[in-house]
Amino acid sequence: MTDHVPAQHHVDSRGRACPLPIIDLAKAAAQASSGDEITVECTDPAARLDVPAWARMTGNEFLGERETDGGAFALTVRLT
Amino acid sequence: MSAPRVFLDSGGSAPVSPRTLQALQAGLAEGWADPARLHAESRRARALVDGAREAIADALGANAGHVHFTTSAVLGLERVIAGVWSARRGREDVVVSAIERDAVVHAAAHVAGRPPLELPVDRLGHVDLDALTAALDSPAVALAAIQHANHELGTVQNLDAVHAVTRGRDVPLVVDATSSIGHVEAPAAWDALVANPADWGAPAGIGVVALRPGTRWLPSWPEGDDWAPGGTSVPLALAAAVALQERLERGEEESARLSALIAKARAHMAQIPGVDVVGDPDQRLPHVLTFSCLYVDGEALLTRLDRQGFAVGSGSACTTSSLEPSRVLGAIGALTHGNVRLALHPGITEANIDAFLAAVTTEIARLRGEAGAPALERVGND
Repeated sequence: MTDHVPAQHHVDSRGRACPLPIIDLAKAAAQASSGDEITVECTDPAARLDVPAWARMTGNEFLGERETDGGAFALTVRLT
Repeated sequence: MSAPRVFLDSGGSAPVSPRTLQALQAGLAEGWADPARLHAESRRARALVDGAREAIADALGANAGHVHFTTSAVLGLERVIAGVWSARRGREDVVVSAIERDAVVHAAAHVAGRPPLELPVDRLGHVDLDALTAALDSPAVALAAIQHANHELGTVQNLDAVHAVTRGRDVPLVVDATSSIGHVEAPAAWDALVANPADWGAPAGIGVVALRPGTRWLPSWPEGDDWAPGGTSVPLALAAAVALQERLERGEEESARLSALIAKARAHMAQIPGVDVVGDPDQRLPHVLTFSCLYVDGEALLTRLDRQGFAVGSGSACTTSSLEPSRVLGAIGALTHGNVRLALHPGITEANIDAFLAAVTTEIARLRGEAGAPALERVGND
């Protein structure tokens, strides 16, 4: 049992090219707790493929993506 | 003193062997005349092209009368897709796998006037046969274009199963074999096939199209030779045939040697944390390997390896002219950044691979450190 209340983290990686958005996400994940959700917002087209791949490779869960303002994408993972 | 070069990027352009170079020179000395004319010099040139065509047809298990030289493999793909599509009047759609080459996808979109129907592939890159069967339920399908093997993943398709589906619906199957001929046995299951001599160690500037005698096609252009507008280069045709002969003579033993080197490299890379080794580990080309490294800048990795004497390819967005990540990697859900692609030629030794693996392992760690990437203790291939 844990008392931890899952938190929502937001990472702004807009304008940053591969692999920087994934490194930003990994740094945020290193500071976060199991159960937390991290949303990384990015404009780099590779990140839309690499965030789900990162989740698969690191044993975390990819929750989905949505388009945000100005053609950016917000991709969300849950830490396991 | 600079390090000796180790060329590990032989997909589509491999070093030309001394024997192939001799064939090219012989072609220039003996086959300089236009093979389409009536005099003795022309007949000699024509005999060389015909001999080259027969040798390649033999290797492909094709009828020489239906094997055509083109001016490049890309032109071959374009013309064969256009020609077979045109002969299927009234049917407009082209079905492709999600990991076909850009040339196939672009040709299909151009002739049909709309994007092709893409069949999904699994994590290893095998085309979804149920999706193929469902796609062919439509009477509007003109042709299916599915590769023999993938130039990035190395995965070899089960073309017998694919062809059983397409033949059952009377839909012609165009097979892109530009990554496989010269490396593995030619497939038997196709209605039209395209091969790339430069991929098996011939000089660039020539392609090969083979059709089954029953495969219908129409010319794209009203006049002249549809396959090699302006004529076939005799020296290149001769060099293509000799280079293929040389690869075939090396045979199973060489293929097994390269395959063992790739297996060793796969195993080495897979045990590095955060490295995604892609493609089918068994049903694959003997000489191709692709992997992607978390938190690594692909362009920086290529540049540093190049400086140390290792030439490798990549499908990472930052290394492509379009700045888009490889569609192939995206289609199988692989990591696209930090991507390295190897295609070995017969001159590559185990010592070369050992040296490369040591260098790439060091550079991955360095680049991750420089980027301030977090530790990767929990990460591995699934």
